[in-house]
Amino acid sequence: MTVVPNLSRAAGRPKPRSSAWRGILYIAPAMALVILFFVIPVMMTAWMSLHAWPLMGAQRWIGINNYIRMINDTRFLSALRFTALYTVVATIAIFAVAFPLALFVEKHRRFVGAYRTVIFLPVVVGLATASLLWVWLANVDSGFIGPLLRALGIVERSPNLLASFDSAFLTIIIMVVWKIAGFTMIILLTGLQAIPADIVEAARIDGAKRWQRFRYLTLPLMRRTIALALIISVTGSILAFDQFYIMTAGGPQNRMISVVYYIFNQSFVSFNLGYGASLSIVLLAILVAISIVQLWLLKVGDDKA
Amino acid sequence: MTMTQTALPPTMTAAGHPIEVRPNPANEAAKLARARRKRNCAVAYHTAGVAIVLFFLAPFAIAFLASFRSGAEGMTPPLPPWPTTGFSLDSYRSLDTFGAGVWQHTLNSLIVSLATVVLTVAISLLAGYGFSRYRFPLKNTLFVLIIATLMIPFQSILTPLFIILAKLGLNNSLFGLVLVYVTLQLPFSVFMMRNAFDAVPKEIEEAARIDGARDLKLLVRVLLPLVLPGAATVAIFAFLNAWNEFLAALVLLSSNDNYTMPVLMMAVRAGRLGAINWGAVQAGVVVMTIPCLIIFLLLQRYYMRGLMAGAVK
Repeated sequence: MTVVPNLSRAAGRPKPRSSAWRGILYIAPAMALVILFFVIPVMMTAWMSLHAWPLMGAQRWIGINNYIRMINDTRFLSALRFTALYTVVATIAIFAVAFPLALFVEKHRRFVGAYRTVIFLPVVVGLATASLLWVWLANVDSGFIGPLLRALGIVERSPNLLASFDSAFLTIIIMVVWKIAGFTMIILLTGLQAIPADIVEAARIDGAKRWQRFRYLTLPLMRRTIALALIISVTGSILAFDQFYIMTAGGPQNRMISVVYYIFNQSFVSFNLGYGASLSIVLLAILVAISIVQLWLLKVGDDKA
Repeated sequence: MTMTQTALPPTMTAAGHPIEVRPNPANEAAKLARARRKRNCAVAYHTAGVAIVLFFLAPFAIAFLASFRSGAEGMTPPLPPWPTTGFSLDSYRSLDTFGAGVWQHTLNSLIVSLATVVLTVAISLLAGYGFSRYRFPLKNTLFVLIIATLMIPFQSILTPLFIILAKLGLNNSLFGLVLVYVTLQLPFSVFMMRNAFDAVPKEIEEAARIDGARDLKLLVRVLLPLVLPGAATVAIFAFLNAWNEFLAALVLLSSNDNYTMPVLMMAVRAGRLGAINWGAVQAGVVVMTIPCLIIFLLLQRYYMRGLMAGAVK
């Protein structure tokens, strides 16, 4: 989300000097919280990342050794790889579902409001709640999906969906699509609705087919919206934790450890607080880099528009 | 009415039915054909709609219905999902045997969420007002600083948060968790409230000032009603995010009695003696879901406003 500092307000009529203090007083509680629980923690994370920092006992300065250790940490590298795979697949899956849904609920028809609401419902429940719900639905004996497939005669025995990597991965992707598609749909819908109707009408009169109108009119005009939805989906996926922790506890053969999950394990299970902090700094750097790309993408969109 | 066309998009149906216009009563036939095509289109559209609704609604419905099955039935697949041996609260009773009981943990979650709402609204109201109406040094820098925290994932600063809260004597405290949640809500909330105040004409304030209202009294009595929609949006997001948050609660709360619902559910999910009580899982999902759905359905307008504000900016 970009912020344009509002300069025009500064040109208002001057107030007595005491009003400046009053203004600072108004924003003081917010600033205090942000500094205490955000700015200081970020600096502490950077500081800790340069130490061997056990839970008990003295912390020891080790310079960039934590970062060197990371390069050879195969478990961290596989967490990175897994997170990248998950991010790509989840984002594609969410878009593949959300885009048609956005086109579907853009129409002016009866019940379209109800459709929008229902599709959006999973967005407002927690990811932890959704994971819990789906881990039950995917359970081999007491769940819904496997037993239903068997009852329909599609499979002979109810499959244990969460036991193998591929099917567990697929289950989690379906869960996430169910949970997130409504959100992406609404974002895309705002973009669709911002397209002036007369442009589309003009193209139609000029003989542009439905697909042509979509490809050469809708998509380019939605650049900014798509970029935004893409960024939200990517950052959300990179930070994924709940679904792996709750649904597969790291998955078959520990193959479903995401980056956040690995940081959690290092910091709060193994209590390598220093190493965990250095991993956090890497995660932070990745996300800040993505935010910068986001600002750039949205800005480029502005120039074109 | 051809009911055979299932989830086809309307275009395909329209294309799949070539319309023959007979020459003689041409007008009538064309009108009829157009009506028929329109109806087919609508049928296909709503058939797809029903399929979509099923996919998004079914998991909730299945869990909700299944949670009222008897204890023995709770362990069997939900086929059918509704109770066949009579309505029962067994699942909720067994959920109650975990931790300090379901009431305690629901109460914990409610306390945390409501406290987050109250503090977030109060603090962002003040900050939004300050940023909108006052001039002071570094104003834009401080505003950008608050918004910039959006870029940084809180997942990466959990360890220092844990240490700072311990230093403040707020480790394993619901209030400490609330402070963290409020901080996480601030970028969005301050942004919303500043925009809300920006939209209020200055003349109203000046009139109120002449009538003798000052400072907090002016803010609460005169301006609050005007920015109430913005405050509602802030409140809804604060409630849902606090109610649903899992990782920070998992890390920052260490004693059983203080667990919020999502953290308690980890004990249920882990099971006892290697056996998971799926009835209790269903009941827990229902308890965690209902408040979200009710709040969203009642206050959808304000929720969507917040989403749009986030999407457009």
